[in-house]
Amino acid sequence: MIPPRFEYFAPSSIDEAVQLLDRFGGEAKVLAGGQSLLPVMKLRLAEPKALIDINRIPALSYIREDGEALRIGAITRTNDLNDSKLIHNRYPILSDAAHEIADPLVRNLGTVGGNVSHGDPANDLPACMLALGAHFVVQGPKGTRTIPAHAFYQDTFVTALESNEILTEIEIPKARSDQGNAYMKLEKRVGDFPIVGVAANLVLNAKGTIESAGLALTAVGPTALKAVEAERSLVGKAPETAAYEKAAELAQGIASPVGDLRGPADYKLAMVRVLALRALHQAASRARGGA
Amino acid sequence: MVLAEMPSPSDEESGPFASVHVTVNGKARGATVETRTLLVHFLRENLGLTGTHIGCDTTNCGACTVLLDGRAVKSCTVLAVQAEGRDVQTVEGLETDGKLHPVQEGFIEEHGLQCGFCTPGMMMCSVALLQKNPHPTEEQIRRAISGNLCRCTGYVNIVKAIQHAANKMDGRSAGGRA
Repeated sequence: MIPPRFEYFAPSSIDEAVQLLDRFGGEAKVLAGGQSLLPVMKLRLAEPKALIDINRIPALSYIREDGEALRIGAITRTNDLNDSKLIHNRYPILSDAAHEIADPLVRNLGTVGGNVSHGDPANDLPACMLALGAHFVVQGPKGTRTIPAHAFYQDTFVTALESNEILTEIEIPKARSDQGNAYMKLEKRVGDFPIVGVAANLVLNAKGTIESAGLALTAVGPTALKAVEAERSLVGKAPETAAYEKAAELAQGIASPVGDLRGPADYKLAMVRVLALRALHQAASRARGGA
Repeated sequence: MVLAEMPSPSDEESGPFASVHVTVNGKARGATVETRTLLVHFLRENLGLTGTHIGCDTTNCGACTVLLDGRAVKSCTVLAVQAEGRDVQTVEGLETDGKLHPVQEGFIEEHGLQCGFCTPGMMMCSVALLQKNPHPTEEQIRRAISGNLCRCTGYVNIVKAIQHAANKMDGRSAGGRA
């Protein structure tokens, strides 16, 4: 299979890339890792007139932590998350997810920015970003703006990103020492899209109760879903099974899985609860300094 | 540098073109191809390197695995233009000076193939693994090749072949070679 014809551009700056996107008025696509875009082009699910390859733009690949945030450049490869000690030690939810995204060869090209901005409800990183309270920095013809993850995902393959904007950075609130998180993914075979995925992030206070919570779901709705009520239900509670059971039940309430080759809807709904419990237990264990 | 090693198709039957220059197995190669040309087709059809196989064509099977700047990638899901100016290693480059690469020896010694279709991709993936992690555990080997499908062997002998290569390369470096 060969993709349909397109004009190819490899700009050397984001400004130039944005100008090109603007010129094509929605008929161009950004080529990052290409691990989702090229397959959908081969299948003629997308037939852009032009591809704007952002791989030649310098300084779009980085993982660094400053006083306020963890910052991940858009073109950072998924395997770079796996190889990062900073991610492994302080943001283990991203290691959990990155280890399970597709296969090692795809992860060598697939990017963090592409994974979060594609808008595929079965991609693993969006739920992690929702649970972590991430923001996406995007650049367009009028300059830069920052979109919270919870306002980014609008519908399947529909995001708040305009056709002439490029996601340049993912900004994640800096991890605290009393914070823990985890991503649990159930898959039919290694490297597959998830049957269900659940992302959990807990911050404990000095008394050992839950100060804030993030909980989000993969592959059980039109987008990754932020379980807002479940999150609220956890605040102020002791990090124990009773609180997790309530949150898992509330999370099930927002899930609308569809039965397919990966399993019937009822099964997926049941797995939302199981994975939410496991993710919350793991997050709390890590917040207390466990592995 | 050799340009347009194969004649370009006429304009009326094809779309925008780009001239692509890459280093393949240490040699500068190039051709003018349609922008939509995939790296695997560029290697096989424009450069005549048919050791890289096309299997599923859908980013699943890994038969088309090559190293792009040292990283194992599926060349059916990379555009040739994306490889412009970069270093590509294919199975044809594993043998040097008439001597097989330890990974090739491992696949022979441990019977790591049956039909052989997945083998070039499997070996390139193994080479990348051993460059990054010279002493992988069985678990790490199995994880590393999880994007390369073999429908014959059941993987047992492939794992042994990679272990064989790791031991051989270890012995070689202990003997004073890099």
